[in-house]
Amino acid sequence: MTVPVKLLAGAFDPWQELAAHQSANPGLRGKFGATAIFVGTLRDSSRGNPVSAMTLEHYPAMTRKHLERVVEDARRRWDVLDVLVIHRHGRLRPNDPIVLIAVWAAHRDAAFKACRYAIDELKTRAPFWKREEGEAGVRWVAPEE
Amino acid sequence: MSITVKFFAGIRETLGRSEDILDFKGISCVADVWKTVTPAPLPPNTVVAVNQEYAALDQAVHDGDEVAFFPPVTGG
Repeated sequence: MTVPVKLLAGAFDPWQELAAHQSANPGLRGKFGATAIFVGTLRDSSRGNPVSAMTLEHYPAMTRKHLERVVEDARRRWDVLDVLVIHRHGRLRPNDPIVLIAVWAAHRDAAFKACRYAIDELKTRAPFWKREEGEAGVRWVAPEE
Repeated sequence: MSITVKFFAGIRETLGRSEDILDFKGISCVADVWKTVTPAPLPPNTVVAVNQEYAALDQAVHDGDEVAFFPPVTGG
């Protein structure tokens, strides 16, 4: 199996990543009936204020460890075939994808539930911090904004 | 005999550095680490990790550990 967690410093195309991951996993062929996908993207405004860029800081060793654990937990809790998590760090512009979560399963219920679980857990467990740049200057984003 | 201390996001900016290497002597828990780093009080809601695992302020710290202080996380 390919690496389930990727941390990228540069922009990525989630659809290309999905196609590449799927074709690199021939074991999935004929087995998956459902793929649930979540893509988080940077918007051009936040709480009504324009956003020109955002920098994502992270704690590399801890981020990887906890994202891998989220993937392991999802695989243990639901009957899924494969999970892929890709998260950006560094400086992003509006419309840049921030995160991709994809879950392949035989059936949709497990795929949807595992995907929802993975993004919710990532938000509370993975050590990332968002710093927004806008007209009012630079500010750190608080959780659950 | 040392402890590596890492600071992230707003805490890193306030302290003006991302890492300290401390002498382990006199340190027994996470709260001692912060007191050795700065006389300033720990900012409210600060999150702590020891060896990349979430931890409490009274958690024991051992020689060679990596301790991190950071604000609540905002990924995804």
